[in-house]
Amino acid sequence: MTLELIELSLTAPGADAPLFAALSLSVEPGEVVCVMGPSGIGKSSLLAHIGGHLARGFRTTGEVRLDGQYVTALPAEKRGIGMLFQQAQLFPHLSVGDNLAFGLTPKLRGRVARREAVREALERAGLAGMEDRDPATLSGGQRTRAALMRTLLAQPRAILIDEPFAALDTGLREEIRSFVLDHIRAREIPALMVSHDEGDALAAARTVTLHG
Amino acid sequence: MRPLLAALTITLSLATPAFADWAQTQAEAKGQTVYFNAWGGDPRTNAFIEWVSDQMQETYGVTVEQVKLTDTAEAVSRVQAEKAAGKDEGGAVDLIWINGPNFLAMKEAGLLHGPFVADLPNAKYLDLSEGAAASTDFTVPTDGYESPWRLAKFVFDYDEERVKTPPKDMAGLLDWAQVNPGRFTHPNPSNFIGATFLKQALVGMAHDPAALAQPVTDETYATETAPLWAWYDALRPLMWREGEAFPENESVQAQLLADGEVDFGMHFDPAAPAAMIEQGVLPPSVRVWVPEGGTIGNISYVAIPSNAAHRAGAELVANFLLDPATQAHMQDIRVLGSFSVLDPAKLDEGAKAAFAALPTAPALPTLDELGPTLPEPHPSWMTRLTEDWAQRYTK
Amino acid sequence: MRLAGAILTLVIGAPVMIGAALTLATAFSWQPGLGRVDLGWQGFVDAFGAPGILTSLRLTLVTGIGATVLSLAASIPLARWLVTREAAARWLTPLLAVPHAALAIGLAFLIAPSGWAARLVSPWATGWALPPQVVTVGDPWGLSLILGLMLKEVPFLTLMTLVAAAQRPVCGQMAAGRALGYAPGRVWTRIVWPQLYSALRLPVLIVLAFSLSVVDMALILGPSNPPTLAVRILRLYGAPDPAQAVPASALAVLLLAVMAGSVVLWLAGEKAVARLAKALIQQGHRGVSRGNWAAAGLIGAGGALALGALGALILWSLASFWRFPDALPARLTLERWASADWAGPALTSLNLAVASTLLALILAVLWLESEDRSGKRLHLGALIVLPLLLPQIGFLQGLTTGFLWLGLPPGALAVTWAELLFVFPYVMIALAGPWRALDRAHLASAASLGAGPWRRLVAVKLPMLLGPICAAAAIGVAVSVAQYLAVLLPAAGRVQALATEAVALASGADRRLAAILALMQAALPWAGFALALAVPAWWHRNRRGLRGGAV
Repeated sequence: MTLELIELSLTAPGADAPLFAALSLSVEPGEVVCVMGPSGIGKSSLLAHIGGHLARGFRTTGEVRLDGQYVTALPAEKRGIGMLFQQAQLFPHLSVGDNLAFGLTPKLRGRVARREAVREALERAGLAGMEDRDPATLSGGQRTRAALMRTLLAQPRAILIDEPFAALDTGLREEIRSFVLDHIRAREIPALMVSHDEGDALAAARTVTLHG
Repeated sequence: MRPLLAALTITLSLATPAFADWAQTQAEAKGQTVYFNAWGGDPRTNAFIEWVSDQMQETYGVTVEQVKLTDTAEAVSRVQAEKAAGKDEGGAVDLIWINGPNFLAMKEAGLLHGPFVADLPNAKYLDLSEGAAASTDFTVPTDGYESPWRLAKFVFDYDEERVKTPPKDMAGLLDWAQVNPGRFTHPNPSNFIGATFLKQALVGMAHDPAALAQPVTDETYATETAPLWAWYDALRPLMWREGEAFPENESVQAQLLADGEVDFGMHFDPAAPAAMIEQGVLPPSVRVWVPEGGTIGNISYVAIPSNAAHRAGAELVANFLLDPATQAHMQDIRVLGSFSVLDPAKLDEGAKAAFAALPTAPALPTLDELGPTLPEPHPSWMTRLTEDWAQRYTK
Repeated sequence: MRLAGAILTLVIGAPVMIGAALTLATAFSWQPGLGRVDLGWQGFVDAFGAPGILTSLRLTLVTGIGATVLSLAASIPLARWLVTREAAARWLTPLLAVPHAALAIGLAFLIAPSGWAARLVSPWATGWALPPQVVTVGDPWGLSLILGLMLKEVPFLTLMTLVAAAQRPVCGQMAAGRALGYAPGRVWTRIVWPQLYSALRLPVLIVLAFSLSVVDMALILGPSNPPTLAVRILRLYGAPDPAQAVPASALAVLLLAVMAGSVVLWLAGEKAVARLAKALIQQGHRGVSRGNWAAAGLIGAGGALALGALGALILWSLASFWRFPDALPARLTLERWASADWAGPALTSLNLAVASTLLALILAVLWLESEDRSGKRLHLGALIVLPLLLPQIGFLQGLTTGFLWLGLPPGALAVTWAELLFVFPYVMIALAGPWRALDRAHLASAASLGAGPWRRLVAVKLPMLLGPICAAAAIGVAVSVAQYLAVLLPAAGRVQALATEAVALASGADRRLAAILALMQAALPWAGFALALAVPAWWHRNRRGLRGGAV
């Protein structure tokens, strides 16, 4: 499973020039690549485009290939690309357990088996027994771990990470970062992370910098 | 027009056996369901018709089914449609609560069965002489094509605690208003009761009451209404809100009477004030006032379409409605409070006793107190009168 | 997307246009049902020749424009007072939720010469043993009607001002103005409020259109000889002679022209006021800092009238007999509640409200979701504005005829459709804001987890928007229960809802029945708003992230 970006470029609505010079990149399974660059260069838009969430009005060139398949024409839900956001996006209306169950792949059938999968994932995230908790009552680190588990339960073919650790305290940041990256590496899927943080860049296998 | 109708009537009555075999009618009616098409807007009337149905079932084995109309014209047009479609028997309408223009329309179009009233055994209690209230419907002679069942009569009411002596007659109302300015009003004449108030005044003041029975002409209108308008122009500035505004209907005026904003109300049902006291709408000190010389009244009738499927049953119902016991029950304030259409002079002792035994209420006038019933002017007068009023007093 | 647009246009737009077109055709004597198809001006000639028509026209203009100007003027100091008092602003909702007819009946019971207000001070303070011969309800200038309209419209315009103010840095601007030495009242009227006005224009025009064409309030509080144009039209439509529909429709066309003229006049007036205000601002007068007495007075008067009206309704519904000038009924009893048929109309109103609100919600979700899926805006604003700006009496009668042609007989279905035309715009306005403000990242999250558009709608958007959906539903129920003409005309007497029964009983003999029906008419929307607060609070009782700001 390899994530390939081929001559990818984005032009914002109403703008004449692309946000950054065309980007080509190949991310191997288990590899975490960090994309850096000044604010406003379009790092988040790049991830949104790869994931299929880009707002209407952007003009794009280039291709995204995942596991040899061109995915740019597919809707987001068919791409199999998981996403972790800056504000860990747990659904506020669902319990922690239901959030994970929402992500859990439908291929796993049976109520008992699904409940067990959620329980196991929570345990691995150090959140054992928190199925019925209101996500709003979790700490920042707990939320990020729960969001990662939810993403992994969907069995994605790649993961995109949008500054997921920026909101965390410095001390906690290290710990959560290694938790997340270790899990991704263990799954052997490609991951692309955008960040401002030098620490993120150091933890990644490679760093790519976007230029205007 | 009238002589022609009269001639037609005589011819028709000669064609009908004068004394039909009532026993045969009764036998024929047994088991029939009579579809009584009656305005359904009054719950008390609907309950009374249900009572009639029970009685008919018990006594004669006839079922009465009320078809509740929102407008009597619905039944008229149904019969018209049936006749137009060539349905000369087996029609859906057996009996209609009818009067005024609807009766005239059906009678002139030959849609009614009759004359049948004189054949009803209970017709002997009616005053059917020419021009009598029970044989005239809005100036149109009924000629036996419709049978009376309830009386509507125009009355005023007032609060005894505020008005010690009501005026003698309509003219006296003006003197009273001069002493008590701002305390009298009447419903807007676009409303039926408001228009009836004007007619009541017109009937009392016209030079030639006979002219009112004829369709209105420019000439008779000018002559006959002159005293009315002179009186009204003097009265109006002395009325509630200086005659610039009028209650929408008699119910709103009843509220004004209850609140003490005005001192008089008016109704087309002599039992209405007593019923409203019963409901706690009017204070117990309200009484009925009838101007000397009597008030306008009209009688509600039932008619049978010529294509009715259950003619015998319908005749039986019409007869039952005229039974002194039925009329006494109907006049009971707890039932309907509608006054009897029977001629008191023709009642036997038993019937008289039935009426005498009815519960009385201080606000319920006796037949004597109600005075004579004055005939309605020809319908064209009312139209003219209300239009003229609107032109004169809507600024 | 195209399908959604077509459905919305067909369900909401088409009836309005068909109704208006049929009214216009009838105005020119086109009545094929009566076998009359020769077009002509006779309807207009008859309508304008009717006695008192100029008085009716004057009344309509005075009450319509008067109520709008005064309501807007009153909303300015009120909004200034409430903009920093969120808790107090919540009290606007119950007043907004009261149907016009119920409020009018209560107000009439309060301010009539024999009303509760006079009873409270008589005879000990006034010496009145009989009601005074003063003219209040039904006064020839329509002042009572203006007062009634203001009680409904001031809260509406105030709320709209607060909504607009919430999107601007009002506090900073107030501070900046005061630092320059201006009195707070001056800063509000000369700096802040003029900026908010552009957001108020549509609400003000809706108020103007409504005031010019209101029927139920005018029947209860307005003069009757002659009445306003709208009431005149209703009376003509209700005449037994169907040919009267021609002058009635001609008057409806006149009313439409009056409204168009008033809107043009209003927009011109805006410009003049703006120029005048500019000159005033340039003078630089600082004004004197005073307490916000205008707001205090308005709250006092409005509160007294609203509570007095409610109190009069409650007392009358329980009165055995209540003679003037007793301050209270002789005896309180539940007899009338036990014997009167209020449950039937209440159930009818509830059914109509649930049906029209559900349909409106489905249409609104259809609209918003199809926008989400296509990523484009549906340009159908006219569907929201048209039913609210056209006079109801101008197209509902035509619509009733149109329904008949479509084979839809008068009855509950026709009424539901007619109500939907007015319920939908408010539901759409209420839901669109929160829907579009929903954090899109949640939807991207859901999509990245493999949730397709249907699952995103059902499992993410709708439950997250439960609060705003309930609030929109409560508004829908309130709008539906308040509908008078939309029940009266398409029902042709076959549907008895609270609004029609209450208005009919208001001119009946028994005030207690009218009071009971009016109270029930007010209670339904209140219950709706209470549920709209309770249901999401209970459903999301363990979800801190969704609490607050539901209604």
